[in-house]
Amino acid sequence: MSTHDRSTNVASSNDSPRPVLDVRELRKYFPLSSGIFNKRAGTVHAVDDISFSVMAGETLGIVGESGCGKSTTARLLMRLIEPDAGRVLLDGRGIAEPAPHGLAIGEVRRQMQMVFQDSFASLNPRLTIEDSIAFGPVVHGLPRRQAKARARELLARVGLAPERYAARYPHELSGGQRQRINIARALALEPRIVILDEAVSALDKSVEAQVLNLLLDLKREFGLTYLFISHDLNVVRYMSDRVMVMYLGKIAEIGPVEAIFGGTAHPYTKALLSAMPSMDPARRTQKPPLTGDPPSPIDPPPGCRFRTRCLYAEDVCARLDPQLVIAGSPDHRVACEILRPASGHSLAAPAIAHAA
Amino acid sequence: MSMPSPATSELDLRGAAPAPVFDPATALVAQATRGYWRTVLARILRDKVTVACALLLLAIVLLAVFAPLLALADPFKGSILRRLLPIGSEGFLLGTDELGRDMLTRLIYGGRLSLVMGITPVINALLIGAFLGVVGGFMGGKINTLIMRTIDVFYAFPSVLLAVAISGALGAGIFNAMVALTVVFIPPVARVAESVTTQVMSLDFVEAARASGASSFTIIRVHILGNVLGPVFIYATSLISVSMILASGLSFLGLGTKPPEPEWGLMLNTLRTAIYLNPGVAALPGAMIFMVSICFNMMSDGLRAAMDVTQ
Repeated sequence: MSTHDRSTNVASSNDSPRPVLDVRELRKYFPLSSGIFNKRAGTVHAVDDISFSVMAGETLGIVGESGCGKSTTARLLMRLIEPDAGRVLLDGRGIAEPAPHGLAIGEVRRQMQMVFQDSFASLNPRLTIEDSIAFGPVVHGLPRRQAKARARELLARVGLAPERYAARYPHELSGGQRQRINIARALALEPRIVILDEAVSALDKSVEAQVLNLLLDLKREFGLTYLFISHDLNVVRYMSDRVMVMYLGKIAEIGPVEAIFGGTAHPYTKALLSAMPSMDPARRTQKPPLTGDPPSPIDPPPGCRFRTRCLYAEDVCARLDPQLVIAGSPDHRVACEILRPASGHSLAAPAIAHAA
Repeated sequence: MSMPSPATSELDLRGAAPAPVFDPATALVAQATRGYWRTVLARILRDKVTVACALLLLAIVLLAVFAPLLALADPFKGSILRRLLPIGSEGFLLGTDELGRDMLTRLIYGGRLSLVMGITPVINALLIGAFLGVVGGFMGGKINTLIMRTIDVFYAFPSVLLAVAISGALGAGIFNAMVALTVVFIPPVARVAESVTTQVMSLDFVEAARASGASSFTIIRVHILGNVLGPVFIYATSLISVSMILASGLSFLGLGTKPPEPEWGLMLNTLRTAIYLNPGVAALPGAMIFMVSICFNMMSDGLRAAMDVTQ
């Protein structure tokens, strides 16, 4: 991926935006075994050679149906699971690579933190809220007293009065309150990058809006970079500077939020967007834009992964594995043969690409 | 649309966002927050059955521990003249056994060995089994398979048969009987520990702890043990009664305690010949085993209910 991606809406003090996170051909396959002899039954292509970069101070939204590899990508970036191939560079230094130019995983985990979807499961039921938040700093060597003081500060910062909540247990709180605590815990290590893995998806709408605004405030205050994973397109549109659309472990489309929502190029993104309920009854979609579930990610056939559900699929789509090509603006990239003039697809003319 | 458009939510909610969310349900208990174990204790004290069982067990344990200090008859001194006196005889409140020894004294003294043989193997099995189970559940993969399949070998035998086989092989004696019982109880404890650990490991807070850079040891200490030991401990208390009955069984077969040492299982064995002559006295050691077992089981139930503070 290019380092000259122009990031938008970034209030960055740096003169030239640089990628804080650079992902190169990241891959994770999960082997499936069956029977008592662990016979190899197939391979789940959870994340299949994806490359993208995240600019300092921006919010990159990641959208896609469930099972498309969003969460696996998040866990790969955090090194909660080991990638099979590919590199992740943090400030140009390879994560978990040898010392001179590499970065130890422990250091990565201080700079990058994660908020999980299930607010209850992501808090230890036996620890008080204060102890949960202070755990990370204590692990990194902060004295317990100072760690607790920081926990209380953060509790106040996420809108929970420390004197009332610090000594409480997770089951005594509501989902929205717990998610605020999870955010506070993620911030306790003073990270620069926060990965929000469906962090607001389990909350009801009014609480979701509050938490989203809290996230925007915190981002401004601490100068954070977000990777915002969600299946909710409205939320992603609200939060993101750039959006990455994933389908079955591959990037379908990536670009600035206006380009994705205004100048959609990939047939899959188009289908996703037309599935968004419109406020205007006259503009409501009459027929489902996509039918069925995504095909199984186990041993996918060659070619474009979306072709089984694509309205425009042709022979060429089965032959070629579409690469990301520039569509419209230079930082808007799409993996579709229609967008590649020489692909041989009947619709592959530059004019159509731009009209899309 | 699923949420307000950016423009309106910006106006409506931005100001309200950082304010604490008021939740009446949690506000009610806000003052009453205390430590986890204190909460559990308070909940146990409200459970009358558990308290009654605990008090009864405490009484039996105290009697057994301080037996030599009590003004009791000699548990070993019998008389051919006063064999098998019925319950309520003068000077012998609970009658006498087949050798004319005072039953009350022997029941109190018998509690010493019976309780030790009920509790010690379970504590040992708790330590070893929980260690194996937590390590297996945490490591997963091949190590877990190795540990759990080895343990399954012991599962193949019925517990009584296994206890008899091991203590038979090691030879009669209290120590060997306790070793045998420990071996019998390690597999079920390890099983429970492993399954609870696997369950806890799948929860996001363990991932979050890993994401914060904690070592495996710290994660086990802070996040795994706290959530695993509770259920394992509850399960282990329910094993105490089984252990007592098995220990009594071993003694009954002559593999545990040796006569004339008082022990409930052995007493049951030696008195069985008198069951037609004096059934009341012959049933007494069995009644003690039964009572203590029930108490331990009720207590473990009460503990389970009390430790589930989310309900």
